[in-house]
Amino acid sequence: MRDATAIVGIGQTAFSKHHVDSELSLACQAISLALDDAGIAASEVDGLASSVMEPNREVEVARSVGLGDITFFSQVGYGGGAACGIVGHAAMAVATGQCDVAVAWRARKRAAKTSRPWAQVSQRVADKSMWSRPFGLLRPVDEIAMLTRRYMHEYAATRDHLANVALGARRHANLNPNATMHDKALTRAEYMNARWISEPLCLFDNCLETDGALAVVITSAKRARDLRQQPAMVHAFAQGLPQQHQTMTNYFCDDPLRGPAWTAARKLWGTADLGPKDVDVAQFYDAFSPLIPLSLEGYGFCDRGEGASFTDDGQIEIGGRLPVNTSGGGMSEAYVHGFNLILEAVRQIRGTSTCQVTNAEVSLVTSGEGVPTSALLLTKER
Amino acid sequence: MSATESPDDILPDLDEPGSLPFWQGCAVGELRVQRCVDCELVTHPPRPMCPGCRSIEREWIATSGFGKIWSFINVHPPLLPAYSPLAPFPVIIVELEENPKIRFVGNLVAAPGAPINSVAAASISIGQRVRVTFELVQDVTLPRWVLAD
Ligand SMILES: [Zn+2]
Repeated sequence: MRDATAIVGIGQTAFSKHHVDSELSLACQAISLALDDAGIAASEVDGLASSVMEPNREVEVARSVGLGDITFFSQVGYGGGAACGIVGHAAMAVATGQCDVAVAWRARKRAAKTSRPWAQVSQRVADKSMWSRPFGLLRPVDEIAMLTRRYMHEYAATRDHLANVALGARRHANLNPNATMHDKALTRAEYMNARWISEPLCLFDNCLETDGALAVVITSAKRARDLRQQPAMVHAFAQGLPQQHQTMTNYFCDDPLRGPAWTAARKLWGTADLGPKDVDVAQFYDAFSPLIPLSLEGYGFCDRGEGASFTDDGQIEIGGRLPVNTSGGGMSEAYVHGFNLILEAVRQIRGTSTCQVTNAEVSLVTSGEGVPTSALLLTKER
Repeated sequence: MSATESPDDILPDLDEPGSLPFWQGCAVGELRVQRCVDCELVTHPPRPMCPGCRSIEREWIATSGFGKIWSFINVHPPLLPAYSPLAPFPVIIVELEENPKIRFVGNLVAAPGAPINSVAAASISIGQRVRVTFELVQDVTLPRWVLAD
C-alpha cells in the first residue's frame, strides 16, 4: 500500500448555501472536473468509492459521466468519519489490482433529508439513540458538547482555546476565494458574544452547512508519473474503530476522551515511515472546534490534555508550528462531510493552496473524530 | 399528559426486547443494568452477548441509583418541536456510584416530577452527587436525577 498509489486529479463544484443543481448533477460535475484535472478519460475509470450516506448511487454516476466497466465499488460508513476511508478504499483497490483508475467522491445538499439524520428521528427510537435522545441530547453538537465539557474539566481547557480554532480557520478562509467565509472576518469578541448552541459550544464552534460536491482520481504511482499533475502519493492510510466505541454518544466506554483518532493513528504511523514530527501541514476534521485539540492528541502531535494549549499563539495557523485546516476547513470553507479537507491536503502537496505551507512535503488529512474514522498521509513523490 | 409532556417527545421503543427490562425496571422504581450470568460483567447500554466471555446468558440487576455528574451541557435552539419550548435545558451524564465506568445520559430536575428545565445549568458542576428518580411520560417511565445531598 505504501506509496503504491497517488491522487492525480481533484475537482469541486462551487460551495453554496443553496445549489439549484441536483446532488447527482453536482457529483457528476465534480468527477468530470477531477478527470479533466488528471487528464484521464472517463472511460478509463473502473473503480468507484463513496459514502454510505451518499445520495447518488454508482450506477447513476457511472452512466451519466460515461465511466467504463466498473470492477470495484465500495462504500464507507459513519458520516463524517468516512471521507479518508473512501479515498483509502479506492487506493487499496488500485494497489491490489482490482481496478486501475478509481474515483472517490462526495456530494451533499444541506436541505436534503439525508443531510440531517438527527432531525428525521421518529418519536419512538429503538437503536442506541434510545439512551440519549429521550433526554434531550438530540443533535451531534449536543453529543460533542458533552465530551467537550468533560475535556475542559479534566485538562483546564477554555473557550479561548476553542476560539483559537475558529479564528484560525477563519483567517485561512479569508485567503481562499472559494471559501464560504472568504469575505467575513471573525474577531475573538464576536466569538465570545455569539449565541450558544449547546453550552459550552457556541455558534462559531460549529461547522458550516454547505451544498457542493468534490471528487478525486486515484491511480497507480507508476501511471501517476506520466500524468500532468504533481502526484500526491498515498503514503499511508488507516481506519479506526476502537474497542467498545459507540459513535458520537461515546460515554459508555472506559475512556471516552480517547477517541477513534487514537486507533487510526496507531495504524497510520505504524504503516508509514514518517511520524507526526515530519508532518508539514494537517487538515483535521472540524465539524466542531473541540475536535481539533482531540485530534492533535490522538494523532500524536502532543500529549493528552495538551491539545488545547497547542492552539495558542498561532501555532495552528499559517507560519505556526503546524498549520491546520489551511482552506478554512469545515468551519469556514465548506462542510461537505470533510471531503474538502482531502482536496486541500492534495493542493498543499502540489503547492497550489491559497494558504500554502512553503515546500510542504508531508500532508496529513483526517476524518471525523468521535465516530469510526479514517486518515490519509499524503506526500510528494520521494 | 403532564404539563411538560408533548406528543412529539422522543421516547424509547418498548417493543425492543434487548432493552425492555431497563424500562420495565424504571416503571417499578429500579434503575437497572445488564449483567452477564456467567462472568458477572456489567454492561450498559445492553447488548446480546457479553464482551468479556461471549456468554449470551444475560440478566438485569438493580443499581444503587446513586451517582455523580460526569459531564453536562445546556441545550439551546434550534431544536425539535417537542424540546424547543423547554430550552435552554441542561442534560447531564451520571457515572454510577458503585461502578463509575457505567454512565447514563439524563436530566437533573429540581424535584421528582419537575420539568427538565427546572435546574439552571449555571448551578450544575461536575462531581455533584445525584440520585435517580422517575417520571412517567406517556406510557414510558424515564429515569430523572435530583441532587442527593
Ligand atoms: Zn461474561
